Amino acid sequence: MRRFFSKHWYAWAMVAPVVVVLAVLILYPLGRGIYLSFTNTTEANQLSEICTKSITGTQSCEPNPDAAHFVGLDNYLHVLGGQVGEFWPWLAITLIWTVACVVFHYGLGLGLAVLLHRPMRLRNVYRVLLILPWAVPSFVSAFAWRFMFNEQFGLFNGVLKGLGLSPVAWFDNQWTALLTAVVTNVWLGVPFMMVSLLGGLQTIPSELYEAATIDGATPWQRFTNVTLPGLRPVSMTVVLLGTIWTFNMFSVIYLVTGGQPAGQTEILVTGAYRAAFEGIRNYALSATYGVLILSILLVFSVFYRRLLRRQGEVW
Amino acid sequence: MTAPVLAAPPATTPVSAPTAPPAVRRRSRGASVALHATLVLACVVALFPIVWVVLSSFKPGVWVNSSDLSLVKEPTLANYRYVLTQTRFPTWMLNSVMVAAATTVIGVILAATTGYALSRFNFPGRRSLLLVFLVTQMFPVAVLIVPIYVIMARLGLINTLASLVLAYLTIAVPFCAWMLKGFFDTVPTSLDEAAGMDGCGPFTTFWRVILPLARPGIAVTAFFNFLTAWGEVAYASAFIQTSNRFTLAYGMQQFVPRYNPQWEYLTASAVLVTIPAAVVFFFAQRHLVSGLTAGATKG
Repeated sequence: MRRFFSKHWYAWAMVAPVVVVLAVLILYPLGRGIYLSFTNTTEANQLSEICTKSITGTQSCEPNPDAAHFVGLDNYLHVLGGQVGEFWPWLAITLIWTVACVVFHYGLGLGLAVLLHRPMRLRNVYRVLLILPWAVPSFVSAFAWRFMFNEQFGLFNGVLKGLGLSPVAWFDNQWTALLTAVVTNVWLGVPFMMVSLLGGLQTIPSELYEAATIDGATPWQRFTNVTLPGLRPVSMTVVLLGTIWTFNMFSVIYLVTGGQPAGQTEILVTGAYRAAFEGIRNYALSATYGVLILSILLVFSVFYRRLLRRQGEVW
Repeated sequence: MTAPVLAAPPATTPVSAPTAPPAVRRRSRGASVALHATLVLACVVALFPIVWVVLSSFKPGVWVNSSDLSLVKEPTLANYRYVLTQTRFPTWMLNSVMVAAATTVIGVILAATTGYALSRFNFPGRRSLLLVFLVTQMFPVAVLIVPIYVIMARLGLINTLASLVLAYLTIAVPFCAWMLKGFFDTVPTSLDEAAGMDGCGPFTTFWRVILPLARPGIAVTAFFNFLTAWGEVAYASAFIQTSNRFTLAYGMQQFVPRYNPQWEYLTASAVLVTIPAAVVFFFAQRHLVSGLTAGATKG
């Protein structure tokens, strides 16, 4: 036992701070969140005792008659049954949002990475300029795009007017509003994909390309048979992370559309946030959404990994 | 000893001396034009929103809030003057700097030690810790924010900057530790063994030998931590209650209420906010490709 400890103590010492922080601020809140989702806790009934101060300064506490209590699966039934909030429409929007963003992130990121990987003049200049959107804090970009999509004096409507077309009230229609958010998020997320894939391209040995060329492969064949398989390890990771991050992308939706029009561009995360922090704060409801989001992502990543494993990846 | 140098991208060489691998195929003139045209177009799209905001920030309010599209119109510094002197912007900036600096320093140290332990030592709990790091990325802010709020309230940290630093560490450290683990995997273990022979303990080895070699990875980690803390909104709006403790991300929202948004002040403050991030980016960018990739492929 002592040998076991003395062999591993420094490894544990190195990870201990992170484990403690994660346990206190992630695992405990997670457990607490799961528990809350089975209760009816709101801002109004969260205290188990009501304390009143008398004039003399003594404090008397008595149990809160309306204290939050265990309600079993009621929250889940209400949410999934559509009585509270709009789970299914929000889920649909979330899925459209996630798929659209990840497809464009990966597609554009891959395209630009392939272009940037070629030897050419000004390569480093292009690279720095293309990564630059990443350096802009996402809330600034969100404001910038919202500014450009502004109905009265935004840039896009100005251009449309200049071309003699009628301006579009971007945030008055569900799909144009969602489009503004997707455009913003694609602009924000492409640099990360591009940089990761560019690094991945550098790990593919150039001999493979030479061999393929000698075998008479066309550029397209080289791309599908050398580049894409060579990028697989990177692609798997970034697509998984990108999907998870986009699914939970709070700030872009919250700042660009704010759910306009009338909550029709709300995704699950922003919906859950509103449940918890707007109006009467319904902690139980937001926790229920949170648990549902987590379950969806866990199921997704299990299937994703299984799919990859079936294709012969060890990961 | 040369491994980390090899891991650095060829792009670290200055622009004036582009590395031309021997396998350069001659490109036809048409293909060359198409290649550069595509990249120029992409750069324009990437830069345009930034440039537009910068240009707008120098226009008087009447012209920002109009459909006038001229690039430069009666340039003025009035917006900057207003933001810097008439609002609490300087306070918010200071708050953001403190939060971001603390998050970056603590986050890098935590991620580096954890990543190193995960890369080098096969200790009990290693696999599950790696898995936990991936799963933490899936936790929506929504499920965590209320319980974290309650914990912060119990600890008496509500409306303090420390609460934000703690919250941001939980976002950034798992991903960074994961990434750095991949990076440390590319540093040969023979270096550790050599240092061990020379009488270095595990901590000295890590601090004196490995950490200096992992500079690209550290740079990416620092960049990621900084940006996480610099731009986060959800936790800031939940934990911070008085305007003297706002961070920039949250404070700037005051310029754009649903009705009557003050875009001219927003654009000026957006530029001011982006400058520090751009400085950090400038120092980190040359390491981004190599730093990220090691993490992504070996993760």
